[in-house]
Amino acid sequence: MRPTKRPIVAIIDYGLGNLFSIQKACEHVGLPAIITSDEEQIIDADCVILPGVGAFGDAMDALIRLNLVAPIREFAASDKPVLGICLGLQLLFSRSHEFGTHRGLDIIQGEVVRLPNCQHSQSALKVPHVGWNRMYLPDKRQFAKADMRCPELWHHTLLEGIENGAFMYFVHSYVVVPQNSSQTLTETEYGETQFCSGVRKGNIYGFQFHPERSGPTGLMIYKNLYLLIKKVTGEITNV
Amino acid sequence: MKSEYLRIIPRLDIKGPNLVKGIHFEGLRVLGKPERFARFYYENGADELLYQDAVASLYGRNSLLEIIKKTSSEIFIPLCVGGGLRSIDDIREVLRAGADKVAINSAAVKRPELIKEASRAFGSSTILVSIEAIKKTDGTYEAYIDYGRESTGVDAVNWAQHAVNLGAGELLVTSIDQEGTGAGFDLELINKIAPAVTVPVIACGGCGNLTHIVKAVSHGNADAICIASILHYYVVQNLQPFGEDADFEVEGNIEFLQSKKQFKRVNPSKINDIKASLNNQGISCRI
Repeated sequence: MRPTKRPIVAIIDYGLGNLFSIQKACEHVGLPAIITSDEEQIIDADCVILPGVGAFGDAMDALIRLNLVAPIREFAASDKPVLGICLGLQLLFSRSHEFGTHRGLDIIQGEVVRLPNCQHSQSALKVPHVGWNRMYLPDKRQFAKADMRCPELWHHTLLEGIENGAFMYFVHSYVVVPQNSSQTLTETEYGETQFCSGVRKGNIYGFQFHPERSGPTGLMIYKNLYLLIKKVTGEITNV
Repeated sequence: MKSEYLRIIPRLDIKGPNLVKGIHFEGLRVLGKPERFARFYYENGADELLYQDAVASLYGRNSLLEIIKKTSSEIFIPLCVGGGLRSIDDIREVLRAGADKVAINSAAVKRPELIKEASRAFGSSTILVSIEAIKKTDGTYEAYIDYGRESTGVDAVNWAQHAVNLGAGELLVTSIDQEGTGAGFDLELINKIAPAVTVPVIACGGCGNLTHIVKAVSHGNADAICIASILHYYVVQNLQPFGEDADFEVEGNIEFLQSKKQFKRVNPSKINDIKASLNNQGISCRI
């Protein structure tokens, strides 16, 4: 018998990642979320969240071992929302150069490369990049810093209502480089490096930072995800 | 090497159901309910939280799980938990309760391979190695375990490097000599480790005022700051640390709280006020 309350979000469990914080953030905004590696539950869900902490190669090996590559790709080909977080964002890409070259899910075309140890006020910055940093509208940083309003590019996205330059929590050593730069939703500066910290391709989103660990601003992303799911499932029509 | 925005991390030492604070990890005073302090810090600009079980290492119990569960369902910043974690299973249990990172000390010193296994199992960024050191008469630093009670003969600076090589994602470096004194961080200890390793170093132990934080960054090269007394005593003086129905029927040493005295060694402050002052002095913080 099918449970009466259908899970809405499937948080993919492949043995790595901050699954519980994500589940709690979902619950906080009223989104029931299950942690699963079951193909049927994933395909049946209304939204998939791909979390991840650790090495790209190990994560892809785990997804292959659990036969999850095809279901995730199939889900992403539907209109339903997909959210990749941190390593989960990187896994959406074609390939990564972390400890050798590894093929990714290839849902978003592009590469994953190491964050350079850049020079900054005479001292190199540490990699991994750990801590809070700002996300900006891409390519318009100088203008963006003067204008904190939520940029137009973010309207009707998971970033609706969030101010330009908002602080988010990062932990990573690698960054994504989308082939199609119009898929870049946000950029972040670390020392002199400017990297893509958020992508969007239709209803597929990915963030390098952890919205579930980024305080009330991060939770707005989950609230927007809730609205997007409702919109896609037809429960509400106007977002 | 520095990170861009300085992180300020409140450290909450927990004994049973209570938040405690000692000096050199000894003479633990009960200050209130950890959840109340955590909530206040979350709403006042904490960048992360550190929960340290003050007794787990000694008695082999882990009473933190309930507190972790409660905290992580209402506080959406990174939560690191340490104290008495001896195995991959212990770490998994704490992460399942809602922690984002774990701090390991005693078990890692006794069996350094644990760092490698844990960082492989959960990712380096999840594994923070906590180094608690005492300065020796010859000027070198020795790592201590079991909440500062047990010497190891291990050189703290060499151990820091080794821990990073084994996969530690961050280091929490605490001076036991300075801890709880409000006399300032051990800048020499921090500066021996922070510039020498590739991962972020969190300075801990001894912070009594804003100047100490500035020095930990400018002289110690710390990437993050872990503080306790100056924040906790603000809450004790200005809020109700046990909640409104406090009856003081609590376990532990509550003489200090009942005395309603002030703790004179530190300058009690709020995180956002500290951060505003740091920003004014050119040290970038998230506000």
